[in-house]
Amino acid sequence: MSSEKQYIELYSECREMISSHSVPVLNALREQAYEDFRRLGFPSQKVERYKYTDVAAAFAPNYGLNLRHIDIPVSPYDVFRCDVPNLSTSLYFVVNDRFYDKALPKTSLPEGVEVMSLAEAAAKNPHFIGEYYGRLARSSKDGLNALNTMLCQDGLYIHVPKNTIVERPIQIINILRADVDLMVNRRVLIVLEEGAAAKILFCDHAIDDHQFLATQVSEVYVGENAHLELYELEETHVRSHRFANMYVDQQRSSVGTIDSLTLHNGLTRNRTDVTLSGEYAETRMYGCVIADKQQHVDNNTLIDHRVPNCQSTELYKYVLDGEAVGAFAGRVLVREGAQKTVSQETNANLCATDTARMYTQPMLEIYADDVKCSHGSTVGQLNDEALFYMRQRGIPESEARLLLKFAFAGEVLDSIKMEPLRDRLHYLVEKRFRGELSKCEGCRLCK
Amino acid sequence: MLEIRDLHASIAGKEILRGISLTIRDGEVHALMGQNGAGKSTLSNIIVGHPAYEVTGGTITFNGQDLLAMAPEERAHQGIFLSFQQPVEIPGVSMTNFMRAALNAKRKAQGLEPLPATEFLRLMRERRKIVELDNRLANRSVNEGFSGGEKKRNEIFQMAMLEPTFAILDETDSGLDVDALRIVAEGFNKLRRPETSALVITHYQRLLDYLRPDTIHVLIGGQIVHTGGPEVATMIEQGGFEQFIK
Repeated sequence: MSSEKQYIELYSECREMISSHSVPVLNALREQAYEDFRRLGFPSQKVERYKYTDVAAAFAPNYGLNLRHIDIPVSPYDVFRCDVPNLSTSLYFVVNDRFYDKALPKTSLPEGVEVMSLAEAAAKNPHFIGEYYGRLARSSKDGLNALNTMLCQDGLYIHVPKNTIVERPIQIINILRADVDLMVNRRVLIVLEEGAAAKILFCDHAIDDHQFLATQVSEVYVGENAHLELYELEETHVRSHRFANMYVDQQRSSVGTIDSLTLHNGLTRNRTDVTLSGEYAETRMYGCVIADKQQHVDNNTLIDHRVPNCQSTELYKYVLDGEAVGAFAGRVLVREGAQKTVSQETNANLCATDTARMYTQPMLEIYADDVKCSHGSTVGQLNDEALFYMRQRGIPESEARLLLKFAFAGEVLDSIKMEPLRDRLHYLVEKRFRGELSKCEGCRLCK
Repeated sequence: MLEIRDLHASIAGKEILRGISLTIRDGEVHALMGQNGAGKSTLSNIIVGHPAYEVTGGTITFNGQDLLAMAPEERAHQGIFLSFQQPVEIPGVSMTNFMRAALNAKRKAQGLEPLPATEFLRLMRERRKIVELDNRLANRSVNEGFSGGEKKRNEIFQMAMLEPTFAILDETDSGLDVDALRIVAEGFNKLRRPETSALVITHYQRLLDYLRPDTIHVLIGGQIVHTGGPEVATMIEQGGFEQFIK
């Protein structure tokens, strides 16, 4: 428990300071989370869901934390050139773990819709937030949830009230910014009430050349008949480590689309758990990973069919170059009584070099007898015959390889329903494959 | 002018071509006939530089340049085109993007600017008509979901787009019905110019009736055993390949 020790000590020494810069709703779960973390520690690679990422090693270095919430000077608009322009989004910034309230969009959201600091929302409306906070992301079950719950002081809150349709996409830019190596523990709570609809786009960036370690725990509630499109786009740098756990609960007849795109990173571990708790709900989960150098991307998903008549589609694609390591483990669980479940899970991977490695593990567990489910995965190289065919037509080998990789990833990009985002991603992915996006495009580091 | 001198080649260590010599001058159409396994496709693959084949001896020059020293794409830029016996499907790459990449790569090699989008699309439309290729197919991924005949027509369409000076048709007639064969053959004839030459590989006289080759070579066991005029096709049709086996 050597990696854990520094965090256990940190909390026992600083618990007062941590709490005093947060709010009662968040503080209420802290002590229990501390106990849980002491008991669980970081998940070891012997734990099935953490097989492919050495969590303890990533947390071993000595990171700084900004527990006093000292203002770190930042001007988001100066440092950030939006990578997804012409999207006409309502644009918000979260700097490290804090909602940036000095740059709010000029356009107004529909009445009752809230996009704000989680701590502020919890101070304003403790009963409401208290009902949701920590309910899906249990610290008793997962060491990372425990750590995040123990240390997090703020984050983001999005609330869309009953029957409210938010037409304009909500775009959140998560910026990692520091003058030292920094650990950030961020919390996200999204509540879409009955009949609500929203499109939310998260863009993750790291703008300083320091080592970052970010944990993010998100809880997403999709009410009856609600429609959520959630996109997460990571474009950080090779010194960024991201551990993100997302828990989604879908009620009856809701539709949830969760798109996870890792374009550039250091080490990324995304856990996404979706629970279908109401009948006739539908989940669409997509992922696209492009990695090279020594980048590491591990996506671990669970789709839990608890009730009958739900549908889920899952498609993850990886393109690995250099010495990149990819991992995908997707479990689809069809519980007893979840009849008429329709589920399809696909993971397809391309290793463009001999040194890239991919671990894939699609899992289908069915305890009902009247269901239609499939799962499958492939790992392959670029098709030599296709490469030669293209070269015979005069397309240089490098260009031919690029076209093939691009075609492979394209299937996931085409699933994006927001057209400007889709177009932009096609552009970014092409740039990425051309090697022109070795760092994220929107950061001052890369200018 | 394509000139092959004493070419020896093997695949996976097995010798397939055993001393081929052949000269195709500008404007000429030659046909290469022979039984399965004689080495016809090996020869065409070697001319275009397929990496699976190994040249163990001899030379190939094209317009005086050492062809064997060039990468496949450079050979294409020099004007060499292969109509594949089995065209490859490339899911996710649209015909339009594929053709644009190919055409602009060639133009770049020639020191020309990329073709403006409108002009490119006009060219696509115009050249599609030569082989009566459906617009629907042009918008799809390369060869994906194309029937056998459509794939062959698509090969000639690509040839029409790239305007090679030397084309190899490797069993372009296989899998074509009578009408499709006519469309493909007539399409090829429309594309002929005085300076362009071709090597046509086939088992049958039918295609040659359309293309009227100047010279026909008979390939047996990796060697050219007989060379003659158009009458050779009739000889083969009547007496088979046995008559050429000594």
